[in-house]
Amino acid sequence: MAQAGIQSNFGYRRHVDQERRDGSISEYPVVVVGAGPVGLSLAIALAQRGQGVVLLDDADRIGEGSRAICFSKRSLEFWDRLGVGQRMVDKGVVWSVGRIFHGASQLYQFDLLPEQGHKRPAFINLQQFHAEAYLVDRVRELPAIDLRWRNKVTALEQRNDGAILTIETPDGPYRIGAAYVVACDGARSSLRQMVGADFAGKAFEDQFLIADVRMTAEFPTERWFWFDPPFHAGRSALLHKQPDDVWRIDLQLDRDADPVAEKLPENVRPRIARMLGHDRFDFEWISLYKFQCRRMDKFVHGRVVFAGDAAHQVSPFGARGANSGLEDAENLAWKLDRVLKGQSPESLLESYHIERSAAADENIRQSTRSTDFMAPATPQEARYRKAVLSLARETEFAKRMVNGGRLSVPSTYDSPLSTADRDEWQAGVRPGASMMDAPIGLPSGNGSYLTDVFAERGSGFTLLEFMNGAAVDPPNGVATIRIGGEGGLADPAGLAFARYDAKPGTVYLLRPDGYVAARFRHPDRAAMQAALARATGNDRGY
Amino acid sequence: MALSTTSNFASPDDAFRAVVEAHRGLSDEQSADLDAALVLILANHIGDIDVLREAISLAKRRMLEAGQQQQQQQ
Repeated sequence: MAQAGIQSNFGYRRHVDQERRDGSISEYPVVVVGAGPVGLSLAIALAQRGQGVVLLDDADRIGEGSRAICFSKRSLEFWDRLGVGQRMVDKGVVWSVGRIFHGASQLYQFDLLPEQGHKRPAFINLQQFHAEAYLVDRVRELPAIDLRWRNKVTALEQRNDGAILTIETPDGPYRIGAAYVVACDGARSSLRQMVGADFAGKAFEDQFLIADVRMTAEFPTERWFWFDPPFHAGRSALLHKQPDDVWRIDLQLDRDADPVAEKLPENVRPRIARMLGHDRFDFEWISLYKFQCRRMDKFVHGRVVFAGDAAHQVSPFGARGANSGLEDAENLAWKLDRVLKGQSPESLLESYHIERSAAADENIRQSTRSTDFMAPATPQEARYRKAVLSLARETEFAKRMVNGGRLSVPSTYDSPLSTADRDEWQAGVRPGASMMDAPIGLPSGNGSYLTDVFAERGSGFTLLEFMNGAAVDPPNGVATIRIGGEGGLADPAGLAFARYDAKPGTVYLLRPDGYVAARFRHPDRAAMQAALARATGNDRGY
Repeated sequence: MALSTTSNFASPDDAFRAVVEAHRGLSDEQSADLDAALVLILANHIGDIDVLREAISLAKRRMLEAGQQQQQQQ
């Protein structure tokens, strides 16, 4: 079996920090541990804000196999802000339609982005190693990031104002200091063990087989999910297209299946041949897994902050693993940057824990429900599932109860950083929710998108202003996007006004991660200042 | 809206008979399948998660208390 993945090898290079012999150590503002999608993206987001980042990884190449494949619209918008979104989309397989089958026939289909006027699709499928390779390329353009391969953290010592890491290398150990350490070192995080944190949650007994196969096929670029298909009786199955003529196949196995035997290609091949109806494929990757749904109690431990799988784990049906890790990275980057620059108190980081642990709970809740539906735990649960699947043939309500994975959408935060609405709103984007995209007309006459205009305004807070005569005077250091009126950007389809429930004079205060901090029908400077102070942790309401 | 536990049917006997007779001639297994489908259909018709939760907690409380009384009598 061929090992999938880009066999990029990143050479270990001895660093001058390893030459110190007098007991002193180099001190850095941020050390990120783990160069997966989350650690790489976080490092880029920090470097683009002017922070120097040391990024450590214990391997010397990009991980093999496919692992994450579905990257959400929100992740793509984040990657656009990091300058890598287009490369991901160009390589990825764009999709928004899913189909659910029961037995041999289709139960229903869904479209995750049925409306026009968004720059990015609902999802792309892209092997994680491609995403990591593009992120590494971007890292190489940023001298502020010092990426050190084959640097394995073996010990952590917390101080009041930072942490000291002991790092093992091919040349032996050395130590560095960091004001903040961000652990993005995955589900088996060694940093998590070093801070002595629990990682409690629910383990599922059912085993799933994941296979990436290479073949040329004419299946549409949709997510197909089967309950009890003819080719895999009594179990569930998933088929999903990736780039390079690779297809992801997930097959639910018996609880007592022998993991070693099940993984053998000669045993996997006939199953998949039954599914595809032919035998003309090659294996890229086969692995067997069980789910865990769990999270750390606290994402911030002194000067060590946890992100991605190191902090929380979900089952894969729902694309909530990598995407939620990327949301962690974007949420943390601007807060850590402000704290390091002295623009916000250290307590701002507590809002990272509040917002992202609530998001993790929601992701765990959603993915636990999906997993329970696919693998009912008791005969009565199985009976209810059977009832839902049979009713779904003719009733709409039961279709909506069929759970073949609820796919990742941006988290909405009930956050101490948000300013509650004071005005009347029928719709729009409420404080604590992620901004919505819309087509925008530039002064040049060219078309663009709101997410792109937002990215161009820099990496700070931004006022989104729907013009009504004279422009409002933004708080210091806040960028502006002006729509409508004289000199404002055009809203050619009316979608910006519609999606933000805007009237002339409406103003939204957007956080650096594109979340709405506050919104006003009739903004005054004092109210905007107060909202900004709250959103930056400078007016602690919590 | 709170769970209604006052009598809502003009003829409560008809309603009880309709449910019971639906199970005539069924095996325990089939009866359980029928009930599961019926619960889901009726729950959706109610369409109010608070009412549904109230109904579940009433049913569960009575079931547990009835079980305890049975044990005490034995």
